[in-house]
Amino acid sequence: MLKDITLGQYFPGDTFIHRLDPRTKLIMSLEYIVLLFVARDYFSYGLLFAYLVLIIAVSKVRLKIILNGMKPILILVVLTALLNLFYTPGNTVVSFWVLRITDAGIKNAFLMVIRIMMLIAGTFLLTYTTSPIDLTDGLEKLLNPLKKFKAPVHELSMMMSIALRFIPTLIEETDKIMSAQKARGADFETGSIIQRAKALLPLLVPLFVSAFRRADELAVAMESRCYHGGQGRTKMKQLILRPQDYLTLALGVLLAAGTVMLAVLGL
Amino acid sequence: MEINMSDIIKIENLTYAYVTEEGKNAVALDHINLSIKEGSFVAVLGHNGSGKSTLAKHMNAILLPEGGKVYVAGMDTSDENLVIEIRRQVGMVFQNPDNQMVANVVEEDVAFGPENLGIDPNEIRRRVDDALRQVGMYEYRTHAPHLLSGGQKQRIAIAGIIAMRPRCIVLDEPTAMLDPMGREEVISTIHELNRKNGITVVLITHHMKETIDADRLLVMKDGRIVADGAPCEVFKNVRELKEVGLDVPDTTELIFQLNEEGFNLPLEALTVEECASAIYAVLS
Ligand SMILES: Nc1ncnc2c1ncn2[C@@H]1O[C@H](COP(=O)(O)OP(=O)(O)O)[C@@H](O)[C@H]1O
Ligand SMILES: [Mg+2]
Repeated sequence: MLKDITLGQYFPGDTFIHRLDPRTKLIMSLEYIVLLFVARDYFSYGLLFAYLVLIIAVSKVRLKIILNGMKPILILVVLTALLNLFYTPGNTVVSFWVLRITDAGIKNAFLMVIRIMMLIAGTFLLTYTTSPIDLTDGLEKLLNPLKKFKAPVHELSMMMSIALRFIPTLIEETDKIMSAQKARGADFETGSIIQRAKALLPLLVPLFVSAFRRADELAVAMESRCYHGGQGRTKMKQLILRPQDYLTLALGVLLAAGTVMLAVLGL
Repeated sequence: MEINMSDIIKIENLTYAYVTEEGKNAVALDHINLSIKEGSFVAVLGHNGSGKSTLAKHMNAILLPEGGKVYVAGMDTSDENLVIEIRRQVGMVFQNPDNQMVANVVEEDVAFGPENLGIDPNEIRRRVDDALRQVGMYEYRTHAPHLLSGGQKQRIAIAGIIAMRPRCIVLDEPTAMLDPMGREEVISTIHELNRKNGITVVLITHHMKETIDADRLLVMKDGRIVADGAPCEVFKNVRELKEVGLDVPDTTELIFQLNEEGFNLPLEALTVEECASAIYAVLS
């Protein structure tokens, strides 16, 4: 059951998008998120939507996977839609009881839902097409200038990649402990929320104990392999910006210019 | 200080005690003296808590002696400036394969050691490919380690060590969590590294069978080395071994029992074939 989690999952592939340098993808994702908040009306949203459709098509990630990833935030989307629908002032279209739906409300709700869904799809696409290691490597490289200000950039990226490395191990372990507790009559599925939360306690205690033991052993193993922080460390895989990265970044500049222009014109 | 250069590890009067939660000192190593020849295959047997892991952790400066000295290729492990070089020369493989992997791609994990040493990226690539071929895991280089079997994971851990080009590998019960097939994979891999590359091997185990092919066998008890010699010599002392709480190989046990019944068979016949032909020789 826990194995179904797809959040932050990577789907290996060999497309144009998969082959891009992680830094390019990080920059483009960040830019795309910022532009989503710059966008004003149908035209600027339309431009960003066209860009999203383009990268989904090129990345060959199936639409179903992207839509499945949105399930957990469905409630948030519905709630946002309702709030926008009922609380935007404008010309009344329909009204019943104390509720009033305005023309502006319909438009706002629609654009808000589109914005959230595009935001989620865009960020998921980053993790779907970039391996965790590339992602942390890219992040470390991008944040490298911050090392001058003594920011623990290497440590953070190392922590992130180790966390990602241990997620499957800990999920597997949780499954195992759960089965063991179930075999002894523990019940995780029925009862009130409080009862279910209580049932989780005997699950969390052994999980934490084992996680600390693992951390201890891992630290010794890393030291045994000559780990001594980021100083003087090299990387087997060098990140290189290739022509297609420059091309993509140029596209990014056009996209930004286009969206800002449309937004300024109020379109 | 006289150091014999053919000794990759030299331990003199080593003592070490852990501080327990009650604040008492629990002696884990008690005046150990030991020299390990470069290129040899040394097995270490002993009960839980006999000090095997503590001894192993002194061989690459994870633990530092409280009393006595440990030298690795002539370098004193208590010299802070030499720690990285000592750990490069003496690699260590641990019991739980999951808790020694740092990356979620096989080749990235193998590259971890050489990356820490600051080696040139192209050279790392070469070493990683080389190391993975040597342990027979090259085809799995882009796989995720958590989907592999225990034996495969341990072979990747070994590859991660040999990519640092060490002179010695210390393995602390590397087969304890593996099924028989995984055990066989790991043991034959380290024998091959010892034979073909001349890498010194220190294998800590409590599977008797895995010690038979070693050049030398040490038996530990209560922080001391109580037996030291060729495996067939050590196993001859069946009674003493049993006192230490250790079993002997099935073959030795069989011959021992037969000898108790009045036969006169050689106790040093360790492998099944040797044992069978010895019995055959007596019977015919
Ligand atoms: N971290 C520790 N803290 C306190 N005592 C320890 C610690 N690790 C080991 N010991 C004790 O030291 C002794 C030797 O342990 P160890 O070297 O792990 O033995 P082995 O590997 O042969 O099982 C044991 O009595 C054990 O209880
Ligand atoms: Mg041990």
